[in-house]
Amino acid sequence: MTTILKLQNLRKAFGAVTVADDQSYEVRRGEALGVLGPNGAGKTSMFNLITGTLKPNSGRIEFAGKDITGWSAARRSHAGIARSFQVPQPFSGMTVFENAMIAATQSAGLNGQKAEDLCIRVLDQTELIAKANVPAGSLTLLERKRLELTRALCTEPELLLLDEIAGGLTEAECQSLINTIKEIHSSGTTIIWIEHVVHALLSVVDRLIVVDFGKLIADGKPKPIMNSPQVKEIYLGIEADA
Amino acid sequence: MNSQTYAVSRSSRAARVSAIIGTLVLIILVAAPWWAGRADMRLMGELFLYLALASLWNLMAGYAGLVSVGQQAFVGFGGYMLFALTMFAGLHPITAIAAAGLLGALISVPVAVLIFRLRGAYFAIGTWVIAEVFRLGFAQVSALGGGSGSSLPVAIVKSLASKRAMRESISYWLALSAAVLVVASVYFFLRSRKGLALTAIRDNETAADSLGIDIWRTKFVVYVVTSAFTAMIGALIFLQKLRISPDAAFSVNDWTAFVIFIVVIGGIGTIEGPIIGTFVFFLLRETLADLGTVYLIVLGVVAILVMLKAPKGLWGLFRARFDVQIFPLGYRVSKRDPS
Repeated sequence: MTTILKLQNLRKAFGAVTVADDQSYEVRRGEALGVLGPNGAGKTSMFNLITGTLKPNSGRIEFAGKDITGWSAARRSHAGIARSFQVPQPFSGMTVFENAMIAATQSAGLNGQKAEDLCIRVLDQTELIAKANVPAGSLTLLERKRLELTRALCTEPELLLLDEIAGGLTEAECQSLINTIKEIHSSGTTIIWIEHVVHALLSVVDRLIVVDFGKLIADGKPKPIMNSPQVKEIYLGIEADA
Repeated sequence: MNSQTYAVSRSSRAARVSAIIGTLVLIILVAAPWWAGRADMRLMGELFLYLALASLWNLMAGYAGLVSVGQQAFVGFGGYMLFALTMFAGLHPITAIAAAGLLGALISVPVAVLIFRLRGAYFAIGTWVIAEVFRLGFAQVSALGGGSGSSLPVAIVKSLASKRAMRESISYWLALSAAVLVVASVYFFLRSRKGLALTAIRDNETAADSLGIDIWRTKFVVYVVTSAFTAMIGALIFLQKLRISPDAAFSVNDWTAFVIFIVVIGGIGTIEGPIIGTFVFFLLRETLADLGTVYLIVLGVVAILVMLKAPKGLWGLFRARFDVQIFPLGYRVSKRDPS
């Protein structure tokens, strides 16, 4: 498989706080990569660096073989990188359908009927179709998270970055979300998923990385990583060798 | 589950009804020279020009988030271009209005590059400073009367039409067409793909950026186009006034404060808002004009009340109760009959 995303010695600091500390890793096309780490570890910042919302202090990002380090967020979106925001960022004054249309027309570059068809298909998939005419500003938090996923999908992405979209769901809702993400993954989209709902994450991803204080502290198959002392310490708060 | 089950529509019954009513009103307005008096036509002409200015400012501030308090720079620039092009280049006044628009677009490019480096309040102050620079600049041009200004020569005025009644009719029609042209342009632009991008910027710049919208370029285009139209409106305003001076041409009160008042009380970030606001403004002005300073105090109180009690303006107040759109910009998804 070919490499779709390559981070090389990526570094970003805000004063004394380092959110990305010499991060280097590759993601292969079609992979589903999970990201774990405690709050404030720099997971969302990593997404901001990949999507171009943040500019790194040093290091290099390659997407599909091209150096995109200097590209704007808009240009990266055109190239095929999409994300959902952890704190939803809806276009509040527009309806759910219009929110989706922004992604389909501006990022995917579709017109008229093609854009409308894509939005309806995705809204159906993300189970928001019944809310299509509702102003996005009046959605519940859960629906806003679904709207984030909807918009990301309507850009027809090659690389999809999901930032905590499973929190607060009931077991049934979580299962349907997992199925949706599996569907997206099996259609060939590469996924990087930050998630605290570990069982949801593990049922989809085939590789895990763990971030702490902006550093990559583990990278590999999910099972051994979940059993590693470092991860146990982060998630369970116990000393590994105590 | 697919697109066969759902239909997407961009119109509504209310919009179709208001389109018919709008067309009828427009026909009646075009015929005004045959039914209205001179004073009424003058007033309506002025109203149309304010409607155009307010719609333009609304597009720029309400949608693109460019809260300029210096659009008088382009009103005055357009007015002065009308005088300069007709007096020194011998252009016909109507050609000069179009040329003023083009020159307005040209001059707005370096202005935009300069002030787009500023954000929020600094941007607003920056636009005002630029307008003052324009005012001081034109006050130095002695060929245009310097600080005391100049009048449009009689020969140029007569080139529009030799009879006074005809001139007044032409002036009225020009103002009406300007308002229709501006409102229609804003409407069709907002319905287009670029307009969708602009509406997204209005609501959330972070999300717009990550969904592939080039925010700087979109704002730049909006700024240049509104400035060009504003310069044309400025040329029209001073074709009606027949006299120009730096203080009148670059008045922050007349061309920006009143315009912001109109947009804010009508409803910023909507097409309908500036239309409603213009009518409210003229209603207040015509009923309170005799009261002198009290008139301005009342305007201020109305503005404060609307901002506190109905931050989305009168149109926003109406929209909160009724799901009606006169200018349908959005999309409606409906389930098709299974038959």
